[in-house]
Amino acid sequence: MKRLTTAAAALAVTVGIAGTAQAGATFDAVKARGQLVCGVHTGLAGFSAPDDKGVWAGIDVDICRAVATAMFGDGNKVKFVPLTTSNRFTALQSGEIDLLARNTTVTLTRDTTNGMNFAPVNFYDGQGFIVAKKLNVKSAKELKGATVCVQSGTTTEQNLADYFRANKMDFKPVTFEKQDEAVAAFTGGRCDVYTSDRSQLGAIRASQVKVPEDYVILPETISKEPFAAAVRHGDDQWFDLVKWSIYAMIEAEESGVTSKNVDEMAKSTDPNLQRLLGTSGGMGKALGVDDKFAYNIIKTVGNYGESFDRNLGAGSKVKLERGLNNLWKNGGLQYAIPFR
Amino acid sequence: MSVRTTDRTSGVPWYNDEKTRGVLYQVALLALVLFAGWWLVTNTLVNLERRQISTGFSFLWREAGFAIAEQRIHFEPTDSYARALAVGLFNTLEVSAIGIVLATLLGTVVGVARLSSNWLVARFATAYVEVVRNIPLLLQLFFWYAFITQSLPSVREALHPVPGVYLSNRGLAVPVPEFNQGQAIALIGAAIGVVVSILVARWARRRQDATGQPFPTILATLGLVVVFTLVGWLAGGAHSALSIPHKEGFGFTGGAELSPEFAALLIGLTVYTAAFIAEIVRGGVLAVAYGQTEAAMALGLRPAQVMRLILLPQSLRVIVPPMTSQYLNLFKNSTLAIAIGFRDFVSVDDTVMNQTGQAIECIALIMAVYLTVSLLISLFMNWYNTKVALRGSTR
Repeated sequence: MKRLTTAAAALAVTVGIAGTAQAGATFDAVKARGQLVCGVHTGLAGFSAPDDKGVWAGIDVDICRAVATAMFGDGNKVKFVPLTTSNRFTALQSGEIDLLARNTTVTLTRDTTNGMNFAPVNFYDGQGFIVAKKLNVKSAKELKGATVCVQSGTTTEQNLADYFRANKMDFKPVTFEKQDEAVAAFTGGRCDVYTSDRSQLGAIRASQVKVPEDYVILPETISKEPFAAAVRHGDDQWFDLVKWSIYAMIEAEESGVTSKNVDEMAKSTDPNLQRLLGTSGGMGKALGVDDKFAYNIIKTVGNYGESFDRNLGAGSKVKLERGLNNLWKNGGLQYAIPFR
Repeated sequence: MSVRTTDRTSGVPWYNDEKTRGVLYQVALLALVLFAGWWLVTNTLVNLERRQISTGFSFLWREAGFAIAEQRIHFEPTDSYARALAVGLFNTLEVSAIGIVLATLLGTVVGVARLSSNWLVARFATAYVEVVRNIPLLLQLFFWYAFITQSLPSVREALHPVPGVYLSNRGLAVPVPEFNQGQAIALIGAAIGVVVSILVARWARRRQDATGQPFPTILATLGLVVVFTLVGWLAGGAHSALSIPHKEGFGFTGGAELSPEFAALLIGLTVYTAAFIAEIVRGGVLAVAYGQTEAAMALGLRPAQVMRLILLPQSLRVIVPPMTSQYLNLFKNSTLAIAIGFRDFVSVDDTVMNQTGQAIECIALIMAVYLTVSLLISLFMNWYNTKVALRGSTR
């Protein structure tokens, strides 16, 4: 089925359903359609997964909702398209989706030869290893000769080979198409190690194994995995809107604006807040949307910190630390470009 | 001359002439197809160019950067994508070739068993066919894979029936002879044995055609190959060193390993396809009129001879064409390997597609490879079909 989708998407590129790539094509198309088509993960807790009521939720889903809110003032005008690692780029390139928000690592190749533009990073991750505690392994450096389960079609496969090569160790990879199959093989004892991004290892340890205490995540982080939403080349106006929708959420957290106090804050006389919340400055008009776009995003989706807590942090099942994803003021890397 | 005059006088203009029209339609259709193809290709290139997506197959020579465990051709992450794909293709061909042979054997046995006069055997065969061919292959693969990895013990408690043989959920580790020059000479000996037996078989056939005296060709072939191999092995210094697997670190080193992924895929493909082949074989045997058997018996042939000389050659004419489709199905079904972690061509291509992002090229590669191999298989089967077909048959 997946390959069929990929083939269909490839065919779409071929026939050119996406139409031409004139300036503003995607922006205008989304506006005319009255709905954003957003590519997300098929189901990864905290990033994008349907909840028990079938409503999509997650930190990537919040990006889709934020962009839809900026455009239409309504976070529900989104059609979510679940994509696998293999067909996500083709779906974007062919025009099947307008925006790809699917825990995708930014790399040079993807930015250039794959014809994509990446929005600001919304999650900083890194690849790690999880092993059964009974193997008594304390460090990834002790994994010489191990059998490693890994999901195909990700940067993970390459990082894994690079790491073992750099440390002059051999290993046996067992590659699966779907994460569930790879995790099942790992917990079934087919592999000694499972490798993936640390956020996913945490989620797996929390929800996909019988006894979480029987597994340990090794201390090494072997790669940098900055996740960001992506749009295809050719429509700068659309790219700008996506970028600034995300900055709006980070800027809101920096200036202490939350979904709860945004109405009060809108009355503020602080010129920075006035520009952000659209009471002055015409920032929205410059992007081609309502001046109150950031206000609407914060009101419906919340600021970046709220989104993180709700989906990945203390308020969620995954319970990740903010770490690198904290604001720059608090020792993290999240930093909004000024609204002026 | 007179005909032409009639044509002219009948007043039919050239564009209403049946023949001319036929040619015109064909030319128009061909032009349309060519135009559609040209339009698709140029449109794709223009669209890709506009979106600044790279095209072409030059990525094949870049460093792959990922590892493959299941390899018959040596492969390192520093090798090129092309070599990675070659490893995948080789794995696909290996599992398909072994699968085709095993499925044919199992299918023939089950097909004949369904015709057995033994009630129990016939019912067992029927149950097998009906159960296996009505469950989707993907589910069967998941079943076999889970069966192998979940029911076998872990590496630390690996089953150890004979010295040097280990069976665990990491697969089967067995000793293999260490390859050296001695073994190479033994292989050459085997090759000579094969050539000599082909010559002997030809001579035996000619003699039988001339004098009617039969010759035990199969036994002779076996004997010749074994003797020549043994002579080669002795001439090469009779090396008997074995590479024996032993536990080390996380798994085994030395010896040869049969992975659970390969085993599950091979078992799944064999069991599934054999059910269809069994039906084809049953149909083929039933297609030969019973009078043939009676006539052969009346001539004094023994039952084995009746099967080999009378029934089989005739039923093969019915069996071979549908068998070709089953072989092609097995080959194409091997692409399900990706679901259970076996590195076949599609699985490797999937990784390449993701690392390079060149989906159109990678899908084109899959289509080209499967089309080529499928056509080769049917070419071979068609050749074999003409060999077993009735001589002088007009159909």
